[in-house]
Amino acid sequence: MKKLLLIFLPVLLMLLPLPARAEEEAAFDMQKYIFAHIQDSYEWHITDIKGKTIAIPLPVIVWSKTAGFHCFSFHHLEEGECYEGFRIAQEGESYEGKVVEVMPDGSISRPVDISITKNVVGLMFDAALLVLLILLCARWYRKHDVLKEKPTGIAAFFEPVIVMINDGVIKDVIGPEYKKFSPYLLTAFFFILINNLMGIVPIIPGGANITGNIAVTAVLAIFTFLMVNLFGNKHYYKEIFWPDVPVFLKAFPLMPAIEILGTLTKPFSLMIRLFANMLAGHIMLLSAIAVIFLTAKMGPVINGSLTLVSVAFGIFLDVLEVLVACIQAYVFTMLSAVFIGLAHQHPEHE
Amino acid sequence: MSLITPSFGLLFWMVLIFGTVFFLLAKFGFPVITKSVEKRSNHIEESLRKAEEAQKKLESLSQEQAAMIEQTRLEQGRILKEAAEARDKIVAQAKVQAQEEADKILEHARIEIAAERESAVREIRSQVAQISVEVAEKIVRKSLETPAEQAALIDRMVDEASQARKS
Repeated sequence: MKKLLLIFLPVLLMLLPLPARAEEEAAFDMQKYIFAHIQDSYEWHITDIKGKTIAIPLPVIVWSKTAGFHCFSFHHLEEGECYEGFRIAQEGESYEGKVVEVMPDGSISRPVDISITKNVVGLMFDAALLVLLILLCARWYRKHDVLKEKPTGIAAFFEPVIVMINDGVIKDVIGPEYKKFSPYLLTAFFFILINNLMGIVPIIPGGANITGNIAVTAVLAIFTFLMVNLFGNKHYYKEIFWPDVPVFLKAFPLMPAIEILGTLTKPFSLMIRLFANMLAGHIMLLSAIAVIFLTAKMGPVINGSLTLVSVAFGIFLDVLEVLVACIQAYVFTMLSAVFIGLAHQHPEHE
Repeated sequence: MSLITPSFGLLFWMVLIFGTVFFLLAKFGFPVITKSVEKRSNHIEESLRKAEEAQKKLESLSQEQAAMIEQTRLEQGRILKEAAEARDKIVAQAKVQAQEEADKILEHARIEIAAERESAVREIRSQVAQISVEVAEKIVRKSLETPAEQAALIDRMVDEASQARKS
């Protein structure tokens, strides 16, 4: 207990000047604070120092029929400025917080927006990191004779994980045809895992809520949907369009309709599960930390003690999030494998 | 609301990024690793199987060896027995032969001795006869030295002869 106090005391002392500052500022808007962290944005917000925002503006890339193709840095649009006919939609307007095109008649319309946002930068970094790590690992296997050497370095780190997913999940669930799908499922697993883990790292280039964004999970779910339905066998399609049920259920296409809906709900559930889990984790963590700022005005005693609680709870949640990051990557991979396996069942011989 | 509406830009970039990652890793990353791991696990399986086979072979070999030793021992016993028998036979045969030879020699010697003795006896006899004749001659000569003696002898001999004719 004494040791714990020794660790937290400096943290407490560092937070002492906070109340003094908080009084000058407006009331802490928890919702705004949380949403700012979990949503995508056109800049990478690092910190505020003495009320001055430190953020990296990211490139805005937009295209519209009237204005054509535009690419410029976000700092041109800061504080509602209009640049090249584009501005950020203000509170109360439609498309709030997004880049909109200002039409000649003063109305606004949403252009095709493929800006490199915070999540895109995070994705790019994580993807590059993942490719680098896995290719380095593959390089080890190319350069060494596996029959004579045991894996060392990066290969020793990745091999057990790859073997666990490949043999323990993919092979067991899909069956004899697993080899065709194991590159996709392994890619999905490591892609989700690295993005989940980087989402927990609070400093740039981590901390972007990537897998807690529905667009990201939607794309992953679509890939799984394609993997399931493009390579399904005859039996799988027969079960969808002409299942073994009385004819009146098939002729009036009730069963096929349900089955087709079923093929869509499977990836949909994948999308929602990953999105909701990661988003909830981020919100929980941010809420725990927000306690510090919420109690800033309540005096040093309450603030200090609650800071202690909040930091302890934050550490707990962080550890929990690491666990959740691994579990969600595992679950996504396993369920994808299950759905692929279902599309490769062979009819029961009667 | 924007939390659950996927934005087009992010969808676009995600497809692009994930597609690229998938392509790179599926082509250059995971297959290399999984193939190597599989190769190794196959190799280990193969090695284990081979080791078991070798173990079995070794066991059968040692059994064979034991059988061979046993057989050799039996053979050795048989040969030794045979040799002993042969030796005994040879010795017995030699004994018999020697006896026969000795008997022959003895017989021969006996015959020879007998012959020698015969001839010796014959010689002695003839010598004794000669000596007796000489002795008789000497005696006769001595007793007939005077004419009276000679006449007496002739008388006696005539008497004897006439007596012999009368009877």
